[in-house]
Amino acid sequence: MGVIHVTDRAGQRHTLEAIEGWRVMEIIRDWGLPIEGLCGGACECATCHVFVAEDWLGKLYPATEEEEDQLDTVVTKPNSRLSCQILWTPELDGLEVTLAPTGD
Amino acid sequence: MTDHIETDVVIIGAGPVGLFAVFELGLLDIKCHLIDILPKVGGQCAELYPEKPIYDIPGFPMVTGQGLVDNLMAQIEPFNPTFHLNEMVESLESIGTPEAPLFRVKTSENGTTFVCKSVIIAAGGGSFQPKKPPIDNIESYEGTSVFYAVRKMEMFRGKKVLIVGGGDSALDWTVNLQPIAKRLTLLHRRDAFRAAPHTVEKMRALVAAGDMDLHLGQVSALKGENHVLEGAVIRKDDGSEHVVDCDVMLPFFGLTMKLGPIAEWGLNLHENLIPVDTEKFETNVPGIFAIGDINTYPGKLKLILSGFHEGALAAQKVHRYVYPEKKLLFQYTTSSTSLQKKLGVAA
Repeated sequence: MGVIHVTDRAGQRHTLEAIEGWRVMEIIRDWGLPIEGLCGGACECATCHVFVAEDWLGKLYPATEEEEDQLDTVVTKPNSRLSCQILWTPELDGLEVTLAPTGD
Repeated sequence: MTDHIETDVVIIGAGPVGLFAVFELGLLDIKCHLIDILPKVGGQCAELYPEKPIYDIPGFPMVTGQGLVDNLMAQIEPFNPTFHLNEMVESLESIGTPEAPLFRVKTSENGTTFVCKSVIIAAGGGSFQPKKPPIDNIESYEGTSVFYAVRKMEMFRGKKVLIVGGGDSALDWTVNLQPIAKRLTLLHRRDAFRAAPHTVEKMRALVAAGDMDLHLGQVSALKGENHVLEGAVIRKDDGSEHVVDCDVMLPFFGLTMKLGPIAEWGLNLHENLIPVDTEKFETNVPGIFAIGDINTYPGKLKLILSGFHEGALAAQKVHRYVYPEKKLLFQYTTSSTSLQKKLGVAA
């Protein structure tokens, strides 16, 4: 067991209990924070876009070409990732992410 | 002048669930028209993941999104439904009574009007719309200087055009608008493009010849006054910023889904979903049904197979509205000659 810290679009930080094997998008959605995840985690919509805290970036598997293609459809920062492509493992205990703004 | 179409049922959304509803209604002799905002049928299956394998469709160990849509189209072919693609339902108005519902449905693009006895909303996550980048004040330029689609190329003649994105739309319009624009700039977040390779090559040749500019980065702010754009502030990955002069900006960031006008039709909504009962999948308005990902009820699972089931049950109630005098006989396609005749397979 462990946790992730998620800062919502209003700037409020939430500490969520994480479950091994769940995607970070699923953890965020399951706790009821506003993350769309339209395609259900298929890496096809980029509506689960998050910014990952700098010191955590290097601990994640790098983005696949497929994920990069989807990141092309949002306004990114160098620390942009799709949270459906981050599988939570105990090594990610304490992972810090911020929900990216949406267009509307 | 608007045409006016009379039919039994209008189905809003031509995704897998809307398509299968045609089958279940067809077996009960109910005619339908389908309306979808996309230029093609299949909804998310065709738009978001046509090549992705799906493993939980009963009877298909594996089928791709497009494969499922193609099979559904073949399955409903005997019922000859009419499709109205590239159209969005703008208004839905009740003109009947709870006992004998009647509706007037209007679409936006061509302004088609339908009069029907039932409406089935199978709109999934809502209607597909261009993704709008989160840039401050972008709304104040929309329609004057910021466009999410090109309707008339001539609008851009002699203009300083900024195109943003790295997919097919961005690259196609880059190549097509470059000859008529005063100066064309393409902006993308990285030096890799997922568009068709030959279009990317054309773009690179134009850049090499000095006939257009390619910038890497993101738009961080817009400059201008009174809805007229003058420039875009571009931020690179290293944090440095510079301004690109432009009269128009065309962001091509793909599609997303928005609930859209459905919210204004007098239906109860719960977190952008439409609550229904689990016997008929009818909404709070008699004669309006909601099936598939757009509905909610205790225990709801957003699975394609749930949507198929919901369509079958909704069709039973629709039959009572369309044929109030007829008794509905429950039959199987394996044994009923009358159903087999409808399917065009009777011996």
